[in-house]
Amino acid sequence: MEELKATPLRADHENLKALMAPFGGWLMPIQYSGIIAEHRWCREKAALFDICHMGEFLFKGDLVADGLEEVFTFSVSSIPVGRSRYGFLLNDAGGVIDDLIVFRLAEDEAMIVVNAATTDNDFAVIRSRLKNPTVLTDISARTGKVDLQGPLSREIMVEHFGAQIRDIPFFKFIKTSILGSDAIVSRTGYTGELGYEIFLPSGKVAELWRLLLEDPRVAPAGLGARDLLRLEMGYSLYGNDLDEQITPLTAGLSSFVNMNKEFVGRAALERESGQGSPRVKVAFKVDSRRAPRHFYQILQQGEEVGVVTSGAFSPMLACGIGLGLVKPGAAALGTRLTIKQDRVEMEAQVVELPFYTGGSLRS
Amino acid sequence: MAKFYTKEHEWVEVAGAQATVGISEHAAHELGDITYVELPKIGKSVKQFETLAAIESVKAASDIYSPVSGKVAEVNQALDAAPELVNQGAESQGWICRVEGVNEAELGALMDAAAYAEYLKGL
Repeated sequence: MEELKATPLRADHENLKALMAPFGGWLMPIQYSGIIAEHRWCREKAALFDICHMGEFLFKGDLVADGLEEVFTFSVSSIPVGRSRYGFLLNDAGGVIDDLIVFRLAEDEAMIVVNAATTDNDFAVIRSRLKNPTVLTDISARTGKVDLQGPLSREIMVEHFGAQIRDIPFFKFIKTSILGSDAIVSRTGYTGELGYEIFLPSGKVAELWRLLLEDPRVAPAGLGARDLLRLEMGYSLYGNDLDEQITPLTAGLSSFVNMNKEFVGRAALERESGQGSPRVKVAFKVDSRRAPRHFYQILQQGEEVGVVTSGAFSPMLACGIGLGLVKPGAAALGTRLTIKQDRVEMEAQVVELPFYTGGSLRS
Repeated sequence: MAKFYTKEHEWVEVAGAQATVGISEHAAHELGDITYVELPKIGKSVKQFETLAAIESVKAASDIYSPVSGKVAEVNQALDAAPELVNQGAESQGWICRVEGVNEAELGALMDAAAYAEYLKGL
C-alpha cells in the first residue's frame, strides 16, 4: 500500500492526542475530545478543521480561449472576480469524477479546489481537456488550508485578522495578508454554519492553527464531526453520495449543472434528462436513534428499492438520518422506507433537505 | 460478587444465580460516543456467547454477546433516552441488563479482571 501523506499539522494533532486514521490517502485526525462534543462546539461556537489534504490547482490564462470554460458543469468565465462557484467534473457518461469549487482570483486567474483522494486524477483530467495544458499548476503541496466554522467564527476572524473580513458575503472571498503571508479567506464551508475557509502557504499553517487554538472560543474538530455536520445539511460526500457511476442529476444536484453551455458529459445528462433517471437521491429520517450506514439496503413494502450512500446518528435531530439512491417511485416526500442490513432493521420516512435548519450559515 | 470479562469485551458480575451484564470501559472507549443501545427483551433466553443486544456509536454498530446463559430479568431502561451513560460509566450506570438462572460452571470460560487486563495489553 502506498504510504499515507501527512499534513503540516500532524505533530500538532498528535500533541492534541487526536485519533488519526487514513482518509483519501492521508493520515488525518478523526476526533480529538469526541465526535459529538466537537460537532456541538461547531454548532455553538467555532471549530477549527485541518483541511490541508484537499487539492488546489492554479489556472493562469484565458479562461475561454485556453478551454477551462468547457471543463466543468458550470461556467467559470461568468464567475465575478472575488466569487466562487460549486459544481462538477464529469466523465463522458455524465458520472462525477469530482465535485469542486472554482475561485475566480482575477480576470485571467482561477483556483480549483478538489477532494484529496481525487487530486492527482483530477489534475490529469483537467489538463487533458485544456487547449493549452501549461496554464494549469498543481499547487496542493505548497497550499495549506484550515476551516474555521461556527456562529462565533466571524467575530474571531475579525478580531485576529481585521475588519475587512466582517463583510464577506456567502460564497465570496478576499485576498488578504495573514501572519505576513498572502492568504485567501473565503466565506464557504461544509458544516451549515457561518464559517471561513482560509488558504495560506503550507509553511504557515501550523502558526495559524496554534494562534486560533489559543482562543478559548475555538476548539479543534476532526473528520468525524465534519461528516456529521455535512450530513445534517444533506451535503454530498464524494466517494459516498457521488462517484463516477453517479451523475449530478441522479444525485439531485442539477442546480449545479448549466445545460446552456458545453461540457464533457453533457450529452449523457441530456439523455438522462429526457428518459428520466433510473435512480434518484432520497433523504430520510429514521424513527429511532439507530444510524443507517453506507451500503445498507433500502426497502419499500418489503421490496428492495435502493441503497444508503451516507448515514449517521444526528445529534441535532436525535435520530438516525441518511441519504440514498432509490428507484424514482420510492423518493416522494413522506414515503415509508425500511433500512436493513443483516440483523439491523429500522423504519424511516422520506424528508426534505436540509435535515437541520438551525445553522448560522447565512447569518 | 465476582466479575468476569469476555474476549469480545463484555463484563458480567455474578451474585449467586443472578448476573449483571455490560460492555467494558475499554470497549466503550474504543466505540467512541455511544448513540443507541438495542436492549434485549425481558424474558428472552440467551446462551453463553450468543447475541444478546446491539450497540451503536458515531463510528460503528456492534453486537453484544452474552457472557453467560440465562434469562433476561431486567434491562437498563435509562439507556433508551441516554445511551451516553455507557460512555460515562460502562461498568457502573451503563450496565445493559440482568440475567438470571446463571450456571456457575460457565464462568470458567471467562477472564477475571487481571486476566482481562493482560488480554488488553496483547491487543
